[in-house]
Amino acid sequence: MKTCLIVDDSKVIRMVAKKILDELGFGTEEAADGQLALDACKASMPAAVLLDWNMPVMSGIEFLRELRALPNGNDPIVVFCTTENDLDHIQEAMTAGANEYIMKPFDSDIIQAKFQQVGLI
Amino acid sequence: MNPEDFQFISTLIKSRSGLVLTPDKSYLLESRLMPIARKHGHKDLDELIRAVRASKDEALTVEVVEAMTTNESFFFRDIKPFDLLRDHVLPPLMKARAQQKHMKIWCAAASSGQEPYSIAIVLKELAAAQGWRFDIVGTDISHDILDKATSGKYTQFEVQRGMPIQLLLKYFDKKDENWEVKPEIRKMVQYKYFNLLDKLGSLGGFDIVFCRNVLIYFDAETKGKVLEEIAKLMPPDGMLFLGGAETVLGVTDLFKPVPGQRGVYSRA
Ligand SMILES: C[S@@+](CC[C@H](N)C(=O)[O-])C[C@H]1O[C@@H](n2cnc3c(N)ncnc32)[C@H](O)[C@@H]1O
Repeated sequence: MKTCLIVDDSKVIRMVAKKILDELGFGTEEAADGQLALDACKASMPAAVLLDWNMPVMSGIEFLRELRALPNGNDPIVVFCTTENDLDHIQEAMTAGANEYIMKPFDSDIIQAKFQQVGLI
Repeated sequence: MNPEDFQFISTLIKSRSGLVLTPDKSYLLESRLMPIARKHGHKDLDELIRAVRASKDEALTVEVVEAMTTNESFFFRDIKPFDLLRDHVLPPLMKARAQQKHMKIWCAAASSGQEPYSIAIVLKELAAAQGWRFDIVGTDISHDILDKATSGKYTQFEVQRGMPIQLLLKYFDKKDENWEVKPEIRKMVQYKYFNLLDKLGSLGGFDIVFCRNVLIYFDAETKGKVLEEIAKLMPPDGMLFLGGAETVLGVTDLFKPVPGQRGVYSRA
């Protein structure tokens, strides 16, 4: 079973995402900010990361840059999932090594479609 | 609704669009037609149906028939067919047309345009297609949905159902909260009103036909007739795409499934 790390400072969003990912057959882990997510990745690299942008302590984009610099840090498929929906943010995320980008609000169709596109499903 | 009214309305819809409405789907009548009933000042469905029966109001009939169509669509729906198009279907057809460098593609149930625009983007991304002319024709029975397709405007929600982010950045302009297909892609597609139950001859010939997720609403006899008509528009090496839940097996022997390429059919 593939694992997806859900990184979001909102407990409610993590819960919704977890439910969707459960149904898509993923194992899930959760982290409430970029630093906790980085710690989780150092302990064990997930197959996928669903990543919020604005979070306390460490933002999603900072996390992504640090992740990609780690040994095996290019392995996880990173899908941003954020309310930021302007071209600059999307461009910045892709340059930093994101694989896909979801603009909130999302639903299970969107998560499924995006995960299919990047070959996770 | 009394059985006689149901009989009348389901017969009317089937004869106009092909859509088969079984009694267990009668809830669809309620949800789709109540807005029309209200708009025309009828207090309920029975009253609307009586009005359709009594009047020779063609516009009202058309409105009712179009409201019963299901227009759901996504960009790159099912993904695989578009990979098959690029990797397996196009190469031999292009080889055979290397002189003319011209091909015609038909989306026979184009809905709001996601399918024709996905095809246009596949072609735009294909290095081997440089210098070629592709005419993509998208047709549908619903006027409203064709207007939307022509506008090329999609909500954030719609573009996220299937459009990869890199292609979104490349081929769409962001207008406020919406996304608009760029003119270079829009101009590859021409939209027209067309009813699949009509004689297809006037449309001209097509090398590739996408007829996806529409036959599923028709009965076997109608499916067979439509496929027969489509076959007449295609050259012997023409290729047909059907939806994931559709097949030619048991419906017509004018097409046969291409082994290993799900949803793709060649002329038999
Ligand atoms: C579910 S959509 C399919 C859209 C697209 N091909 C796809 O696969 O995503 C079905 C479309 O078929 C159209 N349709 C239904 N009956 C038709 C008919 N008799 N002639 C032409 N189009 C028809 C509907 O208006 C609707 O837009």
